[in-house]
Amino acid sequence: MVSSSDLTPEAIRERIEQAIRDGDGAGARAHLLRLWTASPTPALAPFVVSRFEKLRGHVALTPCRVAVLRSFTVEPVVPLARAQAFAGGIDLDVRVGDFNTFTQEILDPASWVYNDRRQVVIVAAQTRDLAPDLWANFADLSEAEVEARVADLSAQMAQLLTTLRSRTDAHIIVHGLQTPPALAQGIFDGRAATSQADAVARVNASVRRAARELNNVYVLDYDALIGRHGSVNWEDPRKWLTVRLPIAADRLIHLAREWLRYLHPITGRVCKCLVTDLDNTLWGGVIAEDGLDGIKLGSGAGGYAYESLQRVMLDLRHRGVILAIASKNNPAEARDAIEKHPGMILKAGHFAAHRVNWNDKATSLRELAAELNIGLDALAFIDDNPVEREWIRGQLPEVTVIDLPADPMGYAAALREAPVFERLTLTDEDRNRGRMYAEQQARAQLQSSAASLEDFYRSLQIEVDVATVRPDTITRAAQLTQKTNQFNLTTRRYSEQQIADLAADPACRVYTVRVKDRLGDNGVVGVAVTRDGDGRCEIDTLLLSCRVIGRTVETAFLSHIAGEARRRGNSLLTGQFLPTAKNVPAKDFYRSHEFSAKSEHPDGSEWEFDLSKPGPSCPPWITLRTANGNPST
Amino acid sequence: MPALDYAQDRERESVHMNPPQERQLLQVIADVLNLPVDRVTPERSPQNVEGWDSVQHLNLVLAIEQAMGIQFAPEDIEKMQSVGEIVEIVREKLSV
Repeated sequence: MVSSSDLTPEAIRERIEQAIRDGDGAGARAHLLRLWTASPTPALAPFVVSRFEKLRGHVALTPCRVAVLRSFTVEPVVPLARAQAFAGGIDLDVRVGDFNTFTQEILDPASWVYNDRRQVVIVAAQTRDLAPDLWANFADLSEAEVEARVADLSAQMAQLLTTLRSRTDAHIIVHGLQTPPALAQGIFDGRAATSQADAVARVNASVRRAARELNNVYVLDYDALIGRHGSVNWEDPRKWLTVRLPIAADRLIHLAREWLRYLHPITGRVCKCLVTDLDNTLWGGVIAEDGLDGIKLGSGAGGYAYESLQRVMLDLRHRGVILAIASKNNPAEARDAIEKHPGMILKAGHFAAHRVNWNDKATSLRELAAELNIGLDALAFIDDNPVEREWIRGQLPEVTVIDLPADPMGYAAALREAPVFERLTLTDEDRNRGRMYAEQQARAQLQSSAASLEDFYRSLQIEVDVATVRPDTITRAAQLTQKTNQFNLTTRRYSEQQIADLAADPACRVYTVRVKDRLGDNGVVGVAVTRDGDGRCEIDTLLLSCRVIGRTVETAFLSHIAGEARRRGNSLLTGQFLPTAKNVPAKDFYRSHEFSAKSEHPDGSEWEFDLSKPGPSCPPWITLRTANGNPST
Repeated sequence: MPALDYAQDRERESVHMNPPQERQLLQVIADVLNLPVDRVTPERSPQNVEGWDSVQHLNLVLAIEQAMGIQFAPEDIEKMQSVGEIVEIVREKLSV
């Protein structure tokens, strides 16, 4: 194939137009990504946005509606954010509030913010607008006045966030306050009785505390963002004075990308697994040619870039990202390098799966997804070779391909900046995911050696704990509804707030299920939501993580739900199956549990179970436990 | 003095906008205003281009500054009321 890296921007544009005319979504997208990655600028953003708009329906895009409430000019960030979002598979719709009216827009209960069904509200207010005296007049303030300003501002921000939270289900991202780049007291500020930098930091700390008390409210660390990209170059005083745009044109993309670090996990545009190449990616050099002593890896000059990249991967693994390998190599040599090289930060046990062979990498990635039981869109791929990256982009458009710069010193930063690995919450299940995949491999071995399926189930000694959702499981329950695609009967996505609301509804029950066996604890891996009415109990949601599919856990879970529904006096248990591209594993759930079909259409089927007859019963090889004082049946 | 050498260099480099620069400028204007490039004629203005409002004007200014490597003064921005005027002002900037 011809590599588009050799083409001029004009030639790439021509290819984009041609691909759009041909209806070739994957091709157009690949060229657009090439163009945008090379030059993510205000001049190019409108072109990228308008072409992606033509690709709706031809490439997979997740819509996301955002409101921006602001104290300054943010409009020029919008095209950049939309272009960057399109590049990551998100179709962003942004509505910007009126200039510096964010307070009124939050406090007015009839405000558009509450009527416009936005998934995300960004509150972007600056220190100099919120607290002009702390920003520019600090020298005139007494110690008592500074204390009062800090207290007022903290209370004001907490009040705005609490009000916003109580009136919308949206995720809320609030910009932290910026520390003035030039302090009134100069270097003495650090030793002064009242420090200006400290005053801003204290407001930020109290905003963070307030946010932690509320569901789905995140504080964007604005100081850290500016610091990473150089505070001396962040501002453009000329644009601030003329059009109230405080950010220099070439820094706007960094704010756009910072927003996207939140929008990716909010929209579920995240990857569960990072697939990495080996030669010249995980270490410098080629193992088959340079040998164990010749490859570059470690804290020395040649190996530092690769060591840094491995450290980022290890961080990602602790965040719950599964690591896997796709390499064109001799398996023995690759294994040798991973197990024996003293510079390896990552160990063999850190990788959940690998394909080390001479097949093309699209085949390897397909096999890895199948082995790990995840979709191709859950994979991210990292490789130093641009030809391999482009090949995957063309062959497997669902896979997120992470572009690496030519200089290996930039690899770690490129991976760290990939928004597909951001997480808004981190549960114990996430932190232990790597270990759970190792246990899963042991289960697969046990299954292949068992005489019958029933013997295999019995040998696992499965324990299933069903409980109603509690404050400490709300996060995990919401996460499961957002991320589970395969064994999911209705694929309804719920936020933590919505789960909490359902749990508080007397007609509803929100159940979680925890699964253990003799090989390990899978943690909380399933959720069900039921709603009673007119003597019927409707199963609104029933899902299980792919980690426990195929162990009859769903039958145990259903037996408990049915028993509880019967105990509350319902005569019917009803449910729907709503098909998606991915939930085939759940398709025959109701039929195989002896529900009768009320209606069956391509866009969904409705089922019911007569609770006057017994069942469905828990498989004899499962020990079913119930908590929260709900008696088992 | 280094500063003087630098100034002389710039003088030698760009006297007027060369054809590739002009093409680039017209392409940027076309992209921001979402027009085909052959319809970006000198008489295009906020009065006859749909969507050329104050927000779009700011986007245009930022895009041109970044693409052409120049900085507009506030009075330039006020004067830029048609494609023809924009081309003229950019030409002046590049020939300073």
